[in-house]
Amino acid sequence: MSSIPLNPGAIGTGGRTRARENYLNIKHTVSSWLLTADHKRIAVLYMISISVMFLFGGVAAAGIRIALVRPHDTFFSSETYNKLFSAHGIIMVFFFLVPSIPATLGNFLLPIMIGARDLAFPRLNLLSWYLYMFGAVLVMGAILFGGIDTGWTFYEPYSSVYSNTNVVAVIVGVFIAGFSSIATGINFLVTVHKMRAPGLTWFRLPLFVWAMYATSIIIVLGTPVVAITLLMVVLERVFGVCVFNPACGGDPILFEHLFWFYSHPAVYIMILPSMGIISEVIACFARKRIFGYEFVAFSSMAIALLGFLVWGHHMFVTGESMYSGMVFSLITFLIAVPSAIKVFNWSATLYKGNVWLTSPLVFAIGFILLFTIGGLTGLFLASLAVDVHLNMTYFVVAHFHYVMVGGAIFGYMAGLHFWWPKITGRMYPEGWAMLSAFIMFIGFNLTFFPQFILGFDGMPRRYHFYPPEFQMWNILSSAGSSVLAVGMIIPGIYFLWSLRYGALAPSNPWGAKGLEWTIPSPPPSHNFDNVPIVTEDAYAYEAIYAAELAGDYSHVEAPIPLGAEAEYSSPAEPSKLPNSSEERQ
Amino acid sequence: MDNSEHINHGPGVGHHHVTPVGTYVATYLALLVLLVLTFAVSRIDLGAFNIVVALGISVVKTALVVLIFMGVRHNSKLTWFWASIGFVWLILLFLTLGDYVTRQWVHLPLGW
Amino acid sequence: MSLELQHPAVAPQRLSHQFEQIDQQNEIYIVGMWTFLVTEIMFFGALFVALTVYRSVYPDAFEQAHSALNVWLGLTNTFILLTSSFTAAMAVRSKMLGQRVLTLLFLGITIVCAFGFLGVKYVEYSAEFREHHFPGPNFQWSQTVSPSTAQGDLAANSQVALGVPKIGVNEFPANYQPQQLELHKRELFFSLYFVMTGLHGFHVIIGILVLSTLWLLIYFNHPTVDDYMPVELAGLYWHFVDIVWIFLYPLVYLIGKQ
Ligand SMILES: [Cu+2]
Repeated sequence: MSSIPLNPGAIGTGGRTRARENYLNIKHTVSSWLLTADHKRIAVLYMISISVMFLFGGVAAAGIRIALVRPHDTFFSSETYNKLFSAHGIIMVFFFLVPSIPATLGNFLLPIMIGARDLAFPRLNLLSWYLYMFGAVLVMGAILFGGIDTGWTFYEPYSSVYSNTNVVAVIVGVFIAGFSSIATGINFLVTVHKMRAPGLTWFRLPLFVWAMYATSIIIVLGTPVVAITLLMVVLERVFGVCVFNPACGGDPILFEHLFWFYSHPAVYIMILPSMGIISEVIACFARKRIFGYEFVAFSSMAIALLGFLVWGHHMFVTGESMYSGMVFSLITFLIAVPSAIKVFNWSATLYKGNVWLTSPLVFAIGFILLFTIGGLTGLFLASLAVDVHLNMTYFVVAHFHYVMVGGAIFGYMAGLHFWWPKITGRMYPEGWAMLSAFIMFIGFNLTFFPQFILGFDGMPRRYHFYPPEFQMWNILSSAGSSVLAVGMIIPGIYFLWSLRYGALAPSNPWGAKGLEWTIPSPPPSHNFDNVPIVTEDAYAYEAIYAAELAGDYSHVEAPIPLGAEAEYSSPAEPSKLPNSSEERQ
Repeated sequence: MDNSEHINHGPGVGHHHVTPVGTYVATYLALLVLLVLTFAVSRIDLGAFNIVVALGISVVKTALVVLIFMGVRHNSKLTWFWASIGFVWLILLFLTLGDYVTRQWVHLPLGW
Repeated sequence: MSLELQHPAVAPQRLSHQFEQIDQQNEIYIVGMWTFLVTEIMFFGALFVALTVYRSVYPDAFEQAHSALNVWLGLTNTFILLTSSFTAAMAVRSKMLGQRVLTLLFLGITIVCAFGFLGVKYVEYSAEFREHHFPGPNFQWSQTVSPSTAQGDLAANSQVALGVPKIGVNEFPANYQPQQLELHKRELFFSLYFVMTGLHGFHVIIGILVLSTLWLLIYFNHPTVDDYMPVELAGLYWHFVDIVWIFLYPLVYLIGKQ
């Protein structure tokens, strides 16, 4: 992989190179990337890798939607269809959604947001990327050469006794990728605990850091359980050991218990980081401190804790005890409370804010709308009686896509747009970003809202064929998915375009608060010249809010057009401390 | 009992806690006594209490290893936190048993 | 107690670029290691949950099956691991005080104990393989199944060789008999036994690799181990391996009568 397009310092400067050294232009060799211990470079490596995996998962999704246009599809064989939805689920869940925000934006921003020079264990961080790559290559190999048809849940005893596909290779790949996310989790936890800058108390942390902390707790406590559970499936397949196989007295529901003990919290691994991003974006563009900061912070922790107590809601219609079901149903309803706290507090933050409608904010508002739908439909599924009707239908599919695509991916897009100038040192075209946000929003709803109706009418998930009366909604859904694809391809194009032709980003293009905006874009390798001392709370936007009401926008730094960078004051301005409280007046 | 030593060589060097050999030896002997006890109790039929006693002894042994051999006793609060959270979280995983205990409570006439 | 009297100056520790001071660095390593051990606790925890579930569902079968294990070899191994834990703690202490020879000695004993543990395990495993107690197509149960447990004429059929029946979706194999379930339950116990002890044994092997590497590095005075932290962290890992066995031994070898 070439590092050249990623290097804004050396490109487009007409022979002159900018004097300022940053993490991207400090070295250009391939080995300086592949052997780096810099959290920012590892974040970029991860960003490239998960984008490639997202592409694979997206192709599989396209295959599914093509197949479902007709009730009796002949384009794919039913075996291929099973492999397509399995590939889509496995790639998207384990190789895109779980690592997406923590390993990219989290890796890049967490140390900077807390004023540290790097994560606590930089080499462990690099190892994490290699584990991820190893797992990804193994899984992609297994999928391309033979495939797997168990679905992403690997339910027993199908996965261990009956399936004749590459189950072992895929599970080993997922197992290895699991350790890559454990490594990230350990790193984040220790870093947040021990490496915060002087003055940066827990309640001054940006909410993104809180979200990362809560996510890491889930990763560290949950992932090992699914790892050992999947390992036992492999042992059953390979050695004929019997642990879950009902043919020898094993209980497949125990597999589901252990699997969902991780995999329900894993939903929060996907959505909590997005929620952290939304808090950052909304506070910045509303020019207000997040309403009820402590509540938002603690709701992340509450979600992390409660998320571990609801796994049984995936087994309401199995042989699970109905008393167990009642308890799990009740706790599942409870978990709506912290989620709702967040939604209300974001809305309250926007209220009477001096809102600057930029593309990150549009994505963030899209997140709030879609996540609300996704969350509320989750309550339908949490109700025992309703779940008997809706379980294993497209209603479930629509519900978790509203949470994972409408939630996690919209959040990821919001964060990517928000911090793109910081990461790459380039500005993207705002008009195109706005357009893609709206296309994605429309395409997303067109794809997945019909699936609620399909599910409510009883169309089961994971079936290749369906009765003809469902065809209209399926066509709508497939049409929507192509709109959604367009909405996702556009950002891919303009982000790549911006690397070469985008205007140079200033340190703080949004007039935002937070340590990451006090250092140059892109940041130098060591992040901070001096350890910053934090003297104020996160989101201290009061001064900015007052200034903007008075018509003063001097805190928003303008991008430097290409060719004009000679006037750009370099080398790096010394990392400014956040404004002290006297400055606010 | 705390005749243990602190070595602190100023700000550039870390602060170490050195546990005396006697403490380690005493812990080791206690672990061996508990091991014999585990074994002896398992040979006596206490009914359902066999498992309770066996687990109780194992918990005590673990506490000795964690606090003294692993030195958590003298570590920071943060280490205490992380040393205990794993064992606490395991309790959540054991809630799985709630399903198995209550499955037989109700007999539905058909099907289930 | 001459060990206590001499305090050669503690070797200065090197500070990595991302940290500010040595105490912070030490605590970060220890907390990081503990966080890793938390994942290990959850890892083994899931297996203990499976063991508990199946044991509560099939108490009689599990009690019978466990009687085929050699309690005395298990006891010996527990003793060996407890001893190695003690010497590991002593090795860390010696390293902290800069006593090179004692460190090598205690680390050496720990490694020898680890090999001893694996040796005993090898004896146990080979006996179990000989008796066809390894789960899978060759699993056999030759001991008499006690009448209290057996359903119907199970005792008469106790010499049946069992495989995982490859059942089609809607059919049972022609020779399938419900009482074979009794034998499968024993297979289930041995599945869990082999998975749990095997995984634990794997951790012992990793421990041997880590401890031996440290021993060699210290022996050759490699600068990596000037600091006592590597030995401390390896010690934490080794104690964890010991803790897993502290629970495995009573729960697998000493299942009480209920
Ligand atoms: Cu769930």
